[in-house]
Amino acid sequence: MLILNCPYCGMNKDETELSAGGEAHIKRFGPGSSDLDFEEYLFGRTNPKGLHFERWRCSSGCGKWFHAARCTVTLEVFGTYEAQTLEPPQSIKDLITAKRPGWSWREFS
Amino acid sequence: MKRFSVFAVAHEAMRQHSGWSRTWANPEQKKSYDVIIIGAGGHGLATAYYLGKNFGITNVAVIEKGWLGGGNTGRNTTIIRSNYLQDPSAAIYEKSRSLYENLSQDLNYNVMFSPRGCMMLAQTQHEMRGYKRTAHANTLQGVKTEFIGPERIQQLCPIMNVDGPRYPVLGALWQSRAGSARHDAVAWGYARACSDMGMHILQKTEVTGITQDAGNVTGVETSRGHIKCKKLGMVVAGHASVVAEMAGFQLPIESVPLQALVSEPIKPCMDVVVMANTVHGYMSQSDKGEMVIGGGTDGYNAYTQRGSFHHLEETVRALIETFPMISRLKMLRHWGGIVDVTGDRSPILSKTPLGQTFINCGWGTGGFKAIPGSGWAFAELMAKGGSPLTAEFGLDRFCAGRFVDESVAAGVAH
Amino acid sequence: MSTRLANQGRLIDRSKAIKFLFNGKKMAGFEGDSLAASLLANDQMLVGRSFKYHRPRGIVASGAEEPNALINLGDGGYFEPNARATTTETFDGLVAASQNHFPSLEFDVGAINSKLARFLPAGFYYKMFIHPRSFWKHVYEPFIRKSAGLGRAPKDRDLDKYEHYYHHCEVLVVGGGIAGIQAAKSAAASGVRVMLVEQTAHWGGRAVVDGVTIDNTPAEEWVKTAVAQLLKMNNVVIRNRTQGSGVYDHGYALGYERVADHTPRDGRPRHRLWRIRCKKIIAATGAIERPLSFAGNDIPGVMLAAAVRDYVVNYGVSPGDRTVVVTNNDDAYRTAIVLKDAGLDIPLIIDARPKGGGILMDRAIAAGIRVETGRGIAKVKGGKRVTGVSICSQAGEGAELEEISCDVVAMSGGWSPVVHLWSHCGGKLLWDEDQAMFCPDPDHPPLGIDGESVVRVVGVANGHLGSAAGLLDANEQGSVAAVMAGGKVKKLKVLDCDDFVENAILPVWLMPQGANYGLRSKSWLDFQNDVKVSDVQLAAQEGFESVEHVKRYTTLGMATDQGKLSNINGLAILSDSLNMNIPDVGTTTFRPPYTPISMASLAGEARADLFQPIRKTPMHDWHDSNGADWEPVGGWRRVYAYVDPGETTKQAVNREVLNTRKNLGFLDASTLGKIIVKGPDAGKFLDMMYTNMMSNLKVGRCRYGLMCSENGFLSDDGVVARVDDVTWLCHTTSGGADRIHAHMEEWLQTEWWNWQVWIVNLTEQLVQIAVVGPHSRKVLEKLGGMDVSPDELPFMTWTDGNIGGIPCRAYRISFSGELSYEIAVPANQGLEFWEMLIEAGTEFGAMPYGTECLHVMRAEKGFIMIGDETDGTVIPQDLGLNWAISKKKDDFLGKRAQQRSFMDNADRWQLVGLETLDGSVLEDGAYAISSGKNANGQKNTQGRVTSTYYSPTLKKGIAMGLVHNGPSRMGEVISFTNIGTSPVQAKIVSQIFFDPEGKKQNV
Repeated sequence: MLILNCPYCGMNKDETELSAGGEAHIKRFGPGSSDLDFEEYLFGRTNPKGLHFERWRCSSGCGKWFHAARCTVTLEVFGTYEAQTLEPPQSIKDLITAKRPGWSWREFS
Repeated sequence: MKRFSVFAVAHEAMRQHSGWSRTWANPEQKKSYDVIIIGAGGHGLATAYYLGKNFGITNVAVIEKGWLGGGNTGRNTTIIRSNYLQDPSAAIYEKSRSLYENLSQDLNYNVMFSPRGCMMLAQTQHEMRGYKRTAHANTLQGVKTEFIGPERIQQLCPIMNVDGPRYPVLGALWQSRAGSARHDAVAWGYARACSDMGMHILQKTEVTGITQDAGNVTGVETSRGHIKCKKLGMVVAGHASVVAEMAGFQLPIESVPLQALVSEPIKPCMDVVVMANTVHGYMSQSDKGEMVIGGGTDGYNAYTQRGSFHHLEETVRALIETFPMISRLKMLRHWGGIVDVTGDRSPILSKTPLGQTFINCGWGTGGFKAIPGSGWAFAELMAKGGSPLTAEFGLDRFCAGRFVDESVAAGVAH
Repeated sequence: MSTRLANQGRLIDRSKAIKFLFNGKKMAGFEGDSLAASLLANDQMLVGRSFKYHRPRGIVASGAEEPNALINLGDGGYFEPNARATTTETFDGLVAASQNHFPSLEFDVGAINSKLARFLPAGFYYKMFIHPRSFWKHVYEPFIRKSAGLGRAPKDRDLDKYEHYYHHCEVLVVGGGIAGIQAAKSAAASGVRVMLVEQTAHWGGRAVVDGVTIDNTPAEEWVKTAVAQLLKMNNVVIRNRTQGSGVYDHGYALGYERVADHTPRDGRPRHRLWRIRCKKIIAATGAIERPLSFAGNDIPGVMLAAAVRDYVVNYGVSPGDRTVVVTNNDDAYRTAIVLKDAGLDIPLIIDARPKGGGILMDRAIAAGIRVETGRGIAKVKGGKRVTGVSICSQAGEGAELEEISCDVVAMSGGWSPVVHLWSHCGGKLLWDEDQAMFCPDPDHPPLGIDGESVVRVVGVANGHLGSAAGLLDANEQGSVAAVMAGGKVKKLKVLDCDDFVENAILPVWLMPQGANYGLRSKSWLDFQNDVKVSDVQLAAQEGFESVEHVKRYTTLGMATDQGKLSNINGLAILSDSLNMNIPDVGTTTFRPPYTPISMASLAGEARADLFQPIRKTPMHDWHDSNGADWEPVGGWRRVYAYVDPGETTKQAVNREVLNTRKNLGFLDASTLGKIIVKGPDAGKFLDMMYTNMMSNLKVGRCRYGLMCSENGFLSDDGVVARVDDVTWLCHTTSGGADRIHAHMEEWLQTEWWNWQVWIVNLTEQLVQIAVVGPHSRKVLEKLGGMDVSPDELPFMTWTDGNIGGIPCRAYRISFSGELSYEIAVPANQGLEFWEMLIEAGTEFGAMPYGTECLHVMRAEKGFIMIGDETDGTVIPQDLGLNWAISKKKDDFLGKRAQQRSFMDNADRWQLVGLETLDGSVLEDGAYAISSGKNANGQKNTQGRVTSTYYSPTLKKGIAMGLVHNGPSRMGEVISFTNIGTSPVQAKIVSQIFFDPEGKKQNV
C-alpha cells in the first residue's frame, strides 16, 4: 500500500487514489523508426530489481501524470517529480546517490 | 529409488518408516554439464525431466537460488485448465492438462490432479459472446469444453448466487476435465524423477553471471563458483529480466505482485473451480477444505512477495457477491508471488540473442497449469532447436507485431 | 474434573449468570467468561477432534494461540465455523457445537485414522493412491476431502453488517499489556497522534494476571490509572477488542475490531476493519508459551502452564483437581503456586533442568510442593482426558521411573516473542541463545517509505521477559518513535518493578532427550494438524531440508493457528535432525493476518446493493417502469429491450427493430462518451489521436473517427463534431468514455505536454437521445424550435438551438441507416425531454428501443461495433476501414505499428458479410473451418463470426465475420462450426445487408 506525493497537488496520496503507468522516460519512436527501435519503445522494459523510475497518475485527485523514483525491492521512495521532463531532477539524483552510491538506471546515473 | 505405492507405505509402517530415502539427492556439483537450467521451479524441473525422458539428455543441472519449488510453483491457486481462445495457447495448455492426467503415474508421485471441472462465468452479454467464441474455438482445437446455462451452473455449484443483483450469472464456459493439483507435489515429483535420472538439483546456489564466448553461452557464474554448460535454459519467472540482463539482453517483461488468500478449512461445499472475470476473482476448495481465492495483480513493478491490501478487499468483495456463504468464513492467510507479465500477456518460450541459450518466462498469472506442457515443449525447443508448441511464443513476435493475445477472452485472471 | 472455583476470577461478574448451549447441552457461565472458560467451568475439557487422525482435542491455551478449541458458533445467518473458544466471549444464549467428528464428539468413527496412524505418516498421500488412475478422483479424493475440513460450511446469507474505518496517526501501538500502555504513554507525551489497540477485551496482558508491582503499585491498579490517563488525552485513540492484524507497506496497518461478536444482534456492525496509516508502528505484542514435546502431550488435560493460571486467576475456573507441572524454565512455577494458593492439588513439578529453578522454585518448595529436577515426562496416560503421567530422566530414553495420577498437565517449554508484525514487511529475526527465542534483529528492520525502520518491537516481544526491562524498553522506544514521527522530545520517568532474577531456561525440544520412535511418534508438535516429532524427522530423512519444505510436506504450522505453538518446536526438531543450528535452518515467513479475520470485514459495507455503484442515466427510472430488460455495460445499466407484457425479450427486440425502421424509435444514448477537446493545438492533437484527419473538419460538421492504440489495434470509434475554431467534441463508445479520456490525457501530459490543449469529459453532463426512423424529423418538427430540414441540418452536421423549449445540440448522424438525429440536452432536463418525445411521438407510432435493437440495426447496415468486430487484435485495415485512415498524415497513434510485417500485409482475416444458405442464424463466435490440421493437431480455421443476428427486417440470419482474404472471395461458400451438430454453410457476401445505397438515411 504505497504512498506517493503528487508533485502537482503537493499531497501524499494513497495508492488507491493513483494509477500506475509503468516505466518512465521512454522515448517514443514513430513512423520512420526502425523495427527494432519501435519494438524496444513499445515492449523493452528494464524491469529492474532495485531502483526504478516509473509513471503514476493522480487519477482520483488532480488527474496529472507524474514520475516516481522508487526501489522495487524495499519500496523506498526517493522522490516524485512532474512528468513533463526528459530526465529526473538533479535533486532526486543527488538524493539517490547519497543513499545508493554508484547507482545507474538506463542512461541516468 | 524406492517405488511409491500403498504396499511400500505399509511395508515401511512396520519398520518405523526407516527405509525411506531422500526424495532427491544432494549431489556435489560437477564442473560441467550438457545442459544447465536456471530455476528449480515447476517449469525448470519439468524441462529437465522431459529433456531426460524424451531426449535422453541427463547430464543436466538445475540450479536454484533458494529451495526448489519455492517460487510461484508453491504460491499459486493451483488451477489447471486449457480452455484458451487462441490456437497456440490452447495447444500448449491442453498438452499440459493432458500430461497432468497421467502425471502421478508417470512420476510415481501422487500430485493429486483433481479434474473436478472449471467454469468461467459470463456476467455480461459481451462475456457471453466471448466465451461462446472460445467454446467454438475449443471444438476445433480438441479441447473439450461446453457453454452452459445458469441452471446447470447452479447444479454444479450450489453455493453460487446466480441471481446476484449487480451481475446475474448468464452462462459459463465449462471444462469438465479442468481442475487442480497439489502444487508442491508437482515440483517434488519432478525433482524426484530428475534426481532419479542422475540429474543434479543444486539448491541454495545463486547464479550471479553468465559467461559466453563468440556469441555462445559457456557457463554460469554462481555463488559456488563457475559451472560450464553447452546449453542454458532460463526458467525463473519473476526474475527473468534479472537473469536476462546477465546474458546481455532485455525482455518485454514486467514483474508485478499477484496475491492469493485462503480461508480456514471447512467441510466440502464446492466441487468445482469458478472464475468470475467481470467481478474479478476466482475460487475453489482445496482437499484440505480451505477456500482458495485469487484476484488481480498490482499495477506497479515490485519484487516483494506481497501486494497491496486493497486488492484483497476487492477480490473478497467480488467473491462474497458471488458466494454469499463465504461471508462469515475467516481469511487464514494471504500472500503474494512475483509474476512476469509480457507485452501481450502470453508466455515466451524462445531462443535468445545469446547462442545456445533459451528462455521460458512470461507465464504471468497462469503458469502453474502450464508446468508439464511448458517443460515438454521447452525441452523439445532446447534439444531440437524448435517445437511446434513453442513456434508462436518466440521473442521475435514483438518485433513483427504477431501477438498471441488471450486478454480477448480471458480478461485478467488466468 | 474441571470446575468453577468458589473465589477468584478477576474478569467475571458472578452476579450475572448466563446460559448457553454446547452440543445441545445446557450450560451456565458468568458474564466476562471466555467460551473456553465457560466450557471448563462445565467440565467440558474435550472440545473437538483433530484434523487428520480425529484424536480427541482439549483446550490447550487461553488466547489467540489456541489450536484445538474451534467450534461451530451460532446458527442460520449468524453461523460461524472454526470460532476459537478462547477468544470468544460467552454471552447469554450462545449456541456452540464441536467440529470434525461423526457421529458425535465422544464417539467419532474418524478416530480409526488414529489407529492407522503408522500407515499415515507425513506425506503419505504423495506415496499412495497412485493406481489405478481413476480411483483418485472417484474414490480416494472424495474420501480425503470428506474427512478433511473442520467446521461446517455455512449455508445462509450473513445477516450481520460490517464497516470500514480510516484512521491516521503518527504512532500505532499494538498490544495493551503494560509495555504497550507505557509505549503509548511515552509516545503520546511527545504530542503526536497515537493509537493503542488491544485484541482482547481487557488491558494489562500477563502482568495483571501474574501480580507484577509497578512503582509500588499492583499492576492491575497501574493499568487502570494509565488507561484512564490515555483516554483523557486528545491525541490518543484507544480500542480494545481490536487486533493489529497486519502491517503493510508505507506504514499501512490493519486493525480488526470485533465490535459486537459478544453482543450479537444489537444493531451494531459485527466487525470493523480499521485501515490505519501511521508513520511508526510499535509492536508490544508479548510472547506465546511453547508446549513441550513428550508422548501424549495432546491428550485433553495437557495445557500450557500460563493458560492454566489464566483460567484460575481471570475466570475462577480450575482446569483440574490434580495438576502436574512440567517445565524447562521458572515461569511455570507461578502456575503451581497460583493453583496451590487456590487450594488445588499439585502432586509434582517436573523440571527438566538438572538444577531446577531459582527463587520461584524455592517458593514452591516452601509451599509444600514436590519438585523433581532433571526429569521429564515419559508418557501421558489417558484417552479423552489425562489420567496420569509417568516420569523419566530427561537425559534418558524414557524408562519410566514413577507414575503419578493427575487430570491436568501444565507444561511450559519457554516463550516465543510474537514478532509477526515485525516480519510482515520483511523484518528479520535473530536467535537469542540464552533465552532460546527468536527476537527482532534491529539491524534488519522492515523499511518504510523513507528507507528507515517502520516497526519497533518493545517489551516481551523484544525479548525483555522482565517487567522493568520491558517497561524501560517501551518507554524509550515509544519516545524515539514519536520523535521520528515528528513529536517533540519528552521523556517519561523510568518505572521500577519488583523483578527478581530467574534461572535460565534449558532448551528442551524433546522429552526425554533420547525418546525412542514409539514415544516420538506420540509427541505432537502441531495439535490441530496432527504433526508429530517423527513426521518432521521423516521429512528431514527424505531430504526436505528447508523449513518451507518441511512445513509443506508435513503441514506443520499450516493449521488455523498458523503454527503459533508449533513452529519453533518443529524448527528445533528439524535443525536437530539436520545437525544444524536453529538460526541456520531459518524460519518460515509470517503472513498476515495475525489471526484469521472475517471475510465480511474485508468487504465492509460493499455488499449486495452497495457492492458496486451502478451508473444510471436520468431516464433510468422511466426505463425501469416501462419494461426494461437491463444489461450491464461498463459501470452502466443499459436497456437491452423494453419488454411488453406477454412478450419474450426476443419478440420485443424484433418489434423494436421493425417499428423503428417503419415508424419511429428513441434510444437513450446518454452513456456514449462525450469528450471536449479544446485549445489552439486541439486539431493537431486529435490528428495524433485519430487515424482520420480531424484538424480539417469544418465547424458545424461531423466525422466518424477511429482510434488505435500505439500498438496499432483499433480501440474505439465515434463521431467527432467540430464545435468552433478551437473546439472539438469527441463521441466514444459507452464503455470507453473514461478509458479514452484517460488515454488522451496520458498522451497530452506525457508526450506532447507543450501543446495547448484542454480535455474535459462531459459524458454525465449531457443526456443524448437518438431519434430514429422515417418519422424522426416529423416528431422534432412537432416539438418545434429548430429547423431540422435536410437543407438546414444535412447528414453529418450538427446545430445548437432549442427543441420544445429545451436547449440542445442536434447531430444529424445515423447508426441505423435510418433518418436519424441524436439530440444532446442538459442532463437535468433529460427526463423531461425524453417524456416530451415519447408523448409527441405517439401519433407517429414511436417506441423506445434498447441496445439489442441498436445492434441488429447496425449489423443490418454493416456498421462495426467496438468489442464485437474488434477484440484487441484487429486493425482498421482488417475491417475495410482504410478510407478512415488518413494518407496525408505523417504520424498518428498506431501508424508505425501498422507498418510492422505481420500487420502491413494483405494476407489477413478481413471483414465480410455472411449469409447461411438455409437462412438460419450462425452461432455467436463460430469459426470458419479450413482443411487439414496444424502442427499441433488442431483443425485449421479460415475465419470467424464477429456479429450474428436474426434480422427481422430481412427475415433471415445475417452475420459479419473476419475471413481470410474475405473481400476477394465474394460468393464463396464456407463452413462454420455449429456446436453439437454438423457445420453450417454460409456464403461470403457484402456486410451491408440493408439499404446499401443509404437512401433511407439521406432524406
